[in-house]
Amino acid sequence: MYHYTEFDEAFVRERVAQFRAQVERRIDGSLTEDEFRPLRLMNGLYLQLHAYMLRVAIPYGTLNSRQMRQLALIADRWDKGYGHFTTRQNIQYNWPKLQDVPDMLDALADVGMHAIQTSGNTIRNVTADHFAGAAGDEIADPRPVAELIRQWSTDHPEFQFLPRKFKIAVTGSPNDRAVTKAHDIGLRMVRNEVGVGGFEVIVGGGLGRTPMIGEVIRDFLPQEDLLPYLEAIVSVYNLLGRRDNKYKARIKITVSETGIEEFRARVEDQFEQLRGEFGGADQELLARIEQSFAAPEFRTATFENFNAARLANPAFRAFTDTNLASHRAEGYCIVTVSLKAHGATPGDATSDQMRVLADLAETYGHDELRISHEQNVILPHVHKSDLPKVYATLREAGLATANVGLISDIIACPGMDYCALATARSIPIAQEIATRFDELKLEHEIGPLKIKISGCINACGHHHVGHIGILGLDRAGVENYQITLGGDHTETAVIGERAGPGFPADEIVPAIERLVGAYLENREDAGETFLAAYRRLGPDPFKAALYPEKETADAA
Amino acid sequence: MSRRPFTPKVVAANALLDGDAVWLTADDRWTRDMAEAELIEDEAVAEDRLIHALSQGHEVVGAYLVDAKATAEGPAPTHFREAFRTRGPSNYRHGKQADASRGL
Repeated sequence: MYHYTEFDEAFVRERVAQFRAQVERRIDGSLTEDEFRPLRLMNGLYLQLHAYMLRVAIPYGTLNSRQMRQLALIADRWDKGYGHFTTRQNIQYNWPKLQDVPDMLDALADVGMHAIQTSGNTIRNVTADHFAGAAGDEIADPRPVAELIRQWSTDHPEFQFLPRKFKIAVTGSPNDRAVTKAHDIGLRMVRNEVGVGGFEVIVGGGLGRTPMIGEVIRDFLPQEDLLPYLEAIVSVYNLLGRRDNKYKARIKITVSETGIEEFRARVEDQFEQLRGEFGGADQELLARIEQSFAAPEFRTATFENFNAARLANPAFRAFTDTNLASHRAEGYCIVTVSLKAHGATPGDATSDQMRVLADLAETYGHDELRISHEQNVILPHVHKSDLPKVYATLREAGLATANVGLISDIIACPGMDYCALATARSIPIAQEIATRFDELKLEHEIGPLKIKISGCINACGHHHVGHIGILGLDRAGVENYQITLGGDHTETAVIGERAGPGFPADEIVPAIERLVGAYLENREDAGETFLAAYRRLGPDPFKAALYPEKETADAA
Repeated sequence: MSRRPFTPKVVAANALLDGDAVWLTADDRWTRDMAEAELIEDEAVAEDRLIHALSQGHEVVGAYLVDAKATAEGPAPTHFREAFRTRGPSNYRHGKQADASRGL
């Protein structure tokens, strides 16, 4: 994986030293909060409901064991012994003290990590397919390109004060696991008709208050044109994007108000001007970055013990049925470690769990870990012969929940348990749904189903693209939950449709149960997923299940 | 046009160093227990107290007025958001609820 150069190291250390002095000046009264706030936000430090929150970037979701152990150490030394992994491949610490944050940032810098540009109207952490470099369906590893974009966008002098925040995601696989169509810019690695690699460039996607699926601005961009083209898009947005209204400032609004044709024409003009300025240095840099992402040396070995363990141990079999994905190398698999134990907080890992994951990565996983936007941890390269041992260790650490992709594998934002912007809680709803369906012992029968919960309209919990989305709102001083149906975050992305009036907190779990009951009743067979059934049947049978009183009233 | 009648308020904020929820008392202290806060029944007084609170940037961050009601124990929240701030998150016993149980 990528290791900081001397330049990266010096830059990050200098930023920490600057922030240390800024914190000192805030505490001694030399800086007011109005002066300090933008400075702390530039370093990922938010103020939430009960405490500060430090958001640390995990670029393209990739960590090695040393970094994961350091995240555990930071959690123990300066927080409450756990961290929260987010839908943007960040980790958040919920309880840091202001005076400790510079030490936390120094500890991050020790392992080549930082919290720069995890807030503010800048280009945020670049996210990627969490199966990058391992997936069987991959065209190319998207991480070298994501690292190139990280270097280009970090402290980019022109893009520190954009109209609004800006999020870029990259996938190297036709099966989009990086939600590229709901990002300001989504990049899909493709090959053209003569086999040359490049990108399909998608622009103007996003969730939040005005959810939109991104539009293709370039169906094939040669790889060497990537940075000038990105710079062209962001600079056109920087000029055209609205600064008069925060709610209309994202690029999705710029593109929809300008029209994709006009926006594309402006970008292409700008691109022609910028293209020459890059002069190939970016491609030399990319070549160097690519070397640090060389695939590990995969071994060739038999794995009879894997098949034997599957036959002997039903729990292991269930785990391997749900938590594995196909790997590009023979005999290997991708292991998704669920951070969604039934009743637990989605995305939270204790420091002990982080150390177990680091140890497993080091011993059995070519020292690689990934964080998914679905708030799970991935061991991307595990040989099947090692899986029984990996599973046993995960089980001891409470990390062997066999529910990946099922109804209890819920995305939930921190909601009003932590977040100052939230309008209702998300976490307890996720906990209750997961606990209920575990009691019913139904989730394997239900099959693939994605529930995504946001505690406000900003949609950090991706509710719009959940097969079932739940949005928590404040209705006249009471928490109320609105359901959307039929959303999809993949290459066939769709924004879910609102089902109808919301439900109070104590009625949301029964409502989800009725919804799932309607699916089980109406599906053609066990092979038809919830989403497929919804697409075939439309919303009516699901709405009827959600609002039985209304049906009765209409009939009467 | 009828103006909405003034409802009783407290001044809330977050402590500068640890970000914990705090409220302004009648004797100009910042308390971590909302029941000790000053319940303000008059709009002009509320505005005046908020201006005072906003000048306390060396101790607190983001002071604001929020609805509260009188109880036998002192001011209590009327909205769930401020109620959560008096306790802490619901998924772990962290924050004020943990401090309270340690003190018992």
